[in-house]
Amino acid sequence: MPLLLPVLLAALLFSIGIYGVLARRNAILVLMAVELMLNAVNLNLVAFDVWLRDRLLAGQVFTLFVITIAAAEIGLGLAIILLVFRNRATAALDELRDLREQDLAPAGRLGESGTDGGTEPAVTS
Amino acid sequence: MTVEVLFGLLGVVATGSALLVVTTRQMVHAALWLVVTLGAVAGCYLLLSAEFVAWVQVLIYIGAVVVLLLFGLMLTRAPIGASVDLDASMAQRLAAAVVAGATAGVLVVSLVDAFRGEHIALETDRPRGHSSAVGAALFRDWVLPFEVLSVLLLAALVGAIVLSRRDVSEPAERGVT
Repeated sequence: MPLLLPVLLAALLFSIGIYGVLARRNAILVLMAVELMLNAVNLNLVAFDVWLRDRLLAGQVFTLFVITIAAAEIGLGLAIILLVFRNRATAALDELRDLREQDLAPAGRLGESGTDGGTEPAVTS
Repeated sequence: MTVEVLFGLLGVVATGSALLVVTTRQMVHAALWLVVTLGAVAGCYLLLSAEFVAWVQVLIYIGAVVVLLLFGLMLTRAPIGASVDLDASMAQRLAAAVVAGATAGVLVVSLVDAFRGEHIALETDRPRGHSSAVGAALFRDWVLPFEVLSVLLLAALVGAIVLSRRDVSEPAERGVT
C-alpha cells in the first residue's frame, strides 16, 4: 500500500478538524473537531509505525496513549463546559468574554472591538 | 490491490462524514457522524494491520468518548432539530475555511513531495499490530509510561469530579450573569 494514502487521509482529517475548531460556536462541537484532529494524528502514527517497522512498536503504543489521553481530555473538557453552562446558561464560546481586554484600556491598541470575532473563540475554549 | 481500494473507500467515507461533523446544523447528528468517521478510521487501522489499535478505537472512541459527548449535549440542553446558531458568523467561517484550506494545501503538497513512491509492505501472515505483540510491547518496553498514564487518568477522574460537584464551590450560587 502506498504510504501516501493514509498520510494524505490524515492531513485531510486534520484540516477538517481545524475548520471545525475555528468555525463552530458551540463548545461541544469544538471538542468533536478536536477529536477529528487527534484521530488524524493517530492515523499518522500507525501508518509510520507500519512503514518503519519499528521494533518497539512505538507508533501503535503511542496511539493507544493518545486515545487514553483523548478520553481524559474529553472528560475534563465536558466537566468544564458543564460548569460554564451551569453558571452562564450557555455553551456558546463567543459569549465567554469576561477575560478580554476591557474598554477602559487604551483604545485601538489591539483593535479589540473590530477583530474580536476572528479566530478568538477557539482560544477561549 | 484490494487493500488500496478498500482504504480509499474508507478514506472517502471518513472524510465525507468528518465534513458533515463540522458542517451539520443538528448537534446530535454531528455526534452520530463522528461515529461514522471514527469507525472508518478504525477500518483504516485494520487495513494497516494495527488490529489491537482498531479495537481499542472502537471500544474507547466510539464506545466511551461519543457517549460522553452525547451526555454533554444532553446536559447542556442542546437544541433538538436544526439550529442556526451552532456556527460562528459568516466572516469567521470564511476565515476558518481559508485557514483549513491553506493547512490542507501545505500538508498535501509537502507530503506528496516527501513520500511519493514509498510503499508500506504489509505482512499478511503475522500482522504487526496483533494484540499479543502490542501487549508484549506495552508491558515490557513501555510499562513506565503506561503506569504514568494511569496516574494521569486518576488525576483527570478526580478533576472531573471536583469540577462537577455542586457543593464544593460556594461561588456557585453567584447566579446567571
